[in-house]
Amino acid sequence: MNRLFDAKWKLAVCGLICGALAIVLAVTGNPGNMAICVACFIRDMAGSLKLHTAPVVQYYRPEIVGFVCGSFLIALATKEYRTTAGSSPVIRFLLGFIMMIGALVFLGCPLRMLIRMAAGDANAYVGLVGFAAGIGTGCLFLKKGFSLGRAHEVKAVNGVILPALLVIGLVISLTTALFASSESGPGSMRAPAILALVIALVFGALAQKSRMCFAGGLRDVFLMKDFSLLSILGGLFVALLAYNVVTGKFHFGFTGQPIAHAQHLWNILGMYAVGFAAVLAGGCPLRQLILAGQGSSDSAITFLGLLVGAAFAHNFGLAGAAAAAATETTEAVAGGPATAGKIVLVCCIAVLFIIAATNCKKADSKS
Amino acid sequence: MSQYIEVDVRGLSCPEPVMLTAAALKDNPGKALKILASEAHVRTNVEKLLKSKKVEFTSSEVGSEYEIVTK
Repeated sequence: MNRLFDAKWKLAVCGLICGALAIVLAVTGNPGNMAICVACFIRDMAGSLKLHTAPVVQYYRPEIVGFVCGSFLIALATKEYRTTAGSSPVIRFLLGFIMMIGALVFLGCPLRMLIRMAAGDANAYVGLVGFAAGIGTGCLFLKKGFSLGRAHEVKAVNGVILPALLVIGLVISLTTALFASSESGPGSMRAPAILALVIALVFGALAQKSRMCFAGGLRDVFLMKDFSLLSILGGLFVALLAYNVVTGKFHFGFTGQPIAHAQHLWNILGMYAVGFAAVLAGGCPLRQLILAGQGSSDSAITFLGLLVGAAFAHNFGLAGAAAAAATETTEAVAGGPATAGKIVLVCCIAVLFIIAATNCKKADSKS
Repeated sequence: MSQYIEVDVRGLSCPEPVMLTAAALKDNPGKALKILASEAHVRTNVEKLLKSKKVEFTSSEVGSEYEIVTK
């Protein structure tokens, strides 16, 4: 099993498969160039749990349950499941929170950034500049000895809690009307729940085995000239690009892109925060879900940070607004974050520098 | 005195284990390393680094953890 993804071409094929899975979700109901966005779906989940009350982004997304549980099950099956905790959990909560603020100012996690790029959304390429710069900044601190310290093995039940809670929530979501559920907007656009769950289980398992990480892809290139993780993302991008070109959904440009805005500075800074925080946390939002599934309580805490970040982003109007063309009844909207979102994002970036600078030490393998 | 330079990367987040192993290889040319890892993916990543550097090694499970010893 460990040799399943031991070559770049195998990782690229894994990316192609994951791209195909994302396409199936988009075709069967999920928002077109959102498809399988981790930040968007955690935000929807936060809305469904009434942690925020933005009516258009509330839905208990089975995909989030599937990512975590797919990783959990494959890790158990391949004896890679290991429950650990204790590596600066509060800082990791904060990093999750900041990743979500940055992602929602940009309007998407790194996975959605790639999906948007494959659909020709030029704003996503602008976001990529910020994302790469954030990863580069994180790498500088890694070279200076940045570390959040060691995680230690803890009782096995710790690692079961998040997958179990997510499954209980899914059962409640499917069988009752307890949770909020959007009637319009992105939260109302959804693939059939069981299909979404099954696809996300497979996606989560593949992501666990391949170590898929959007921040890790660039980080490993910057630090070690290692293109392994990047080859997964290449495969994913090619699959999505091919689909969009063949079906006529590829439209290159800054305007007219679904759920996006063209405020370049804020696209760059939003993804800068995501990239920087992801390197400090040891992985992008998707990777955090996968690590949580394979037993990391620290990553489960990061997930909670993402969830609370999403609630704050919508309760206090920090998320970027999507640009919209004028209609007969409404004026054109430029989109992007409001003043509060801009201030909080800049503060978040400042906090990242403080976290990075205060957790550096001379690398010492015996500490 | 141990015949190995010990590199303990247990519990560390990516990419610290690979960076520490690479640094130990650089700082201790010609010496054998014993890398202690706790996660399967860290074991895989360290093994991949050693292969890329053409360093021979043996790798084994010790309880719930891993030991990778270079030759």
